Amino acid sequence: MAYLELQSLHRSFGSFAALQGIDVSVGQGEFLSLLGPSGCGKTTALRLVAGFDRPDSGAIVVDGKDLTGVPPNRRDMGMVFQAYSLFPNMTAEQNVEFGLRIRKHARAKRSQRVAELLETVGLGHAGKRYPHQLSGGMQQRVALARALAIEPRVLLLDEPLSALDAKVRVQLREEIRRIQTQLGITTIYVTHDQEEALSISDHVAVMYGGRIEQVGTPSEMYGAPATPFVAEFIGTMNRLEATVADDAAVEYEGRLVPVTAARGRAPGERVLVLVRPEVLHVEPLGNGDEPAGALTGDVVSHTFLGSVTRVKVVVGDGELTADIATVRVDALPIGMRVLASFPAASARLLDLGDEPLPVAADLLPE
Amino acid sequence: MTRRVPISGVVWLSIGVLYLLVPLLATLLFSLQSGANHSLSLGAYGDVVRDSQFWKTLRLSFVLSLETILVSLLLLVPTAYWVHLRLRRIKPLVEFLSILPFVVPAIILIIGLLQLYNGTIHAPLWFLEKPYTFLVTAYVVLAFPYVYRSLDAGFRAIDVQTLTEASLSLGASWRTTLVRVILPNIRAAALSAAFLTLAIVMGEFTIASLALFQTFPTYINYINQTRTYEAAALSLVSFGITWAAMLGLLLFSRAPGRRAAQVGGTR
Repeated sequence: MAYLELQSLHRSFGSFAALQGIDVSVGQGEFLSLLGPSGCGKTTALRLVAGFDRPDSGAIVVDGKDLTGVPPNRRDMGMVFQAYSLFPNMTAEQNVEFGLRIRKHARAKRSQRVAELLETVGLGHAGKRYPHQLSGGMQQRVALARALAIEPRVLLLDEPLSALDAKVRVQLREEIRRIQTQLGITTIYVTHDQEEALSISDHVAVMYGGRIEQVGTPSEMYGAPATPFVAEFIGTMNRLEATVADDAAVEYEGRLVPVTAARGRAPGERVLVLVRPEVLHVEPLGNGDEPAGALTGDVVSHTFLGSVTRVKVVVGDGELTADIATVRVDALPIGMRVLASFPAASARLLDLGDEPLPVAADLLPE
Repeated sequence: MTRRVPISGVVWLSIGVLYLLVPLLATLLFSLQSGANHSLSLGAYGDVVRDSQFWKTLRLSFVLSLETILVSLLLLVPTAYWVHLRLRRIKPLVEFLSILPFVVPAIILIIGLLQLYNGTIHAPLWFLEKPYTFLVTAYVVLAFPYVYRSLDAGFRAIDVQTLTEASLSLGASWRTTLVRVILPNIRAAALSAAFLTLAIVMGEFTIASLALFQTFPTYINYINQTRTYEAAALSLVSFGITWAAMLGLLLFSRAPGRRAAQVGGTR
């Protein structure tokens, strides 16, 4: 049963509709990420849950109670902010203790809890330091301990790692997940970083233009994107605008390509074929023979990514991206004429609507 | 390794120091010549501190300063807080208003105020006849630019919104948030506002004189016109008081454990 529910939340700022009907439910102890490009409404949604802002319509229900009209200081939500938010006039310990003092807990109980939490976030030794004496990563750890101290009903994290450098970011996100699992606390995590969202969440909700495009487990989001936007936003995806031909095949750039998912679709229907770069097979074109079901093209670029190299192949008016093991890429030099193919069962099909497809450049976080 | 100070620097510094010190020294020397035939004497200082009017007006001006500081901070801390938190749109307007007291000369201000309270609206007599009410009202207007601008700088240095939201999400009320989270972090700004106000009120002459109140500055003026050596001594004493106030500001804002910290935002 859902512990936290956002029910058709709407919020506009002037003429800008930041949220256009958000419905999500989060189970108790679950970790949900709101993922999307900047301006998609994810932070607005989180601020509504925290109570810093009120929805124009819709409701926020936690554990069966409607909290929509409850002010933020009576919601029992722990929040970690994007900006460093520790109180500069208090030490790390005093920061963590703040919520407990507000709740008038006994002194002995307070200091025991503060010590435990600072230990949990790995800062048992730094309790007496002021925020300006702590690094960015340490400040966010203290902020996490402070949010957890009040034993909140829900933990809200608003891009808590975006100000930190890459290495600390990866380390701290794993720790956030470890602590969250250990305490079993229901969590909403806002981020524009898909890798972050996919690596630590139970469920991911991808948002775009004030709406939720798709909610699912990280592997569902990656393996079975439900909309062209999700397909573009999560990972790298080849998107082939094709036409359904007879018998489980599509026509692309004048060639017939077998796609299992096309079975049962009406011939002539316009579809979007989605193929991950890692399943695309590229091999040198032999002596003139072009086997059925494969596409012919030219290698135009190599991008070295470590163990794999991303190879771009131009096929007619289209472009395909394939991730090839770096040790094998010497066999596919730039300018070579190649054959590209993929297993018929590995491609997904989406209806190609009338709306223009989102362009990758629009999706980049600021 | 010692850094060498350029000669030109020494010269300019000396000129600056002389410019400030020579008048003070001259005043000091003059104030010490109150004995018979200009002989050295502390008599003028003795006369100053023995005059009951000196203590009475000094006390009055000091009390007026404290009252002005209190009223200004009570009015303007919540105002500046709210402007920074929720009304950022009207910031230019408030900034414009805060310049007005600079533009309007004190003499116009006092005539306007007298007209307002004694003509347009009929303020009660107790309000008009006591310095603690009438003068403080005028002084709060005079101090407005200094107090608002100091506080504004203080609020700019912290991430008001994030600190407020963090405090609220931890269960604190608005009052607790203001007292325990916001105030301690704008303490230095509030102190500098307080001492600027102190300096203004301790030296304000035009309004007090035109409204016929006997404050410390009007007393200094009276002595200036009537007694020669005592006037010089009094100038130095009032100078000392101002300096003591400034020194107080310096010491308070350096209190240990309260250093201005990196607050909010990214490094």
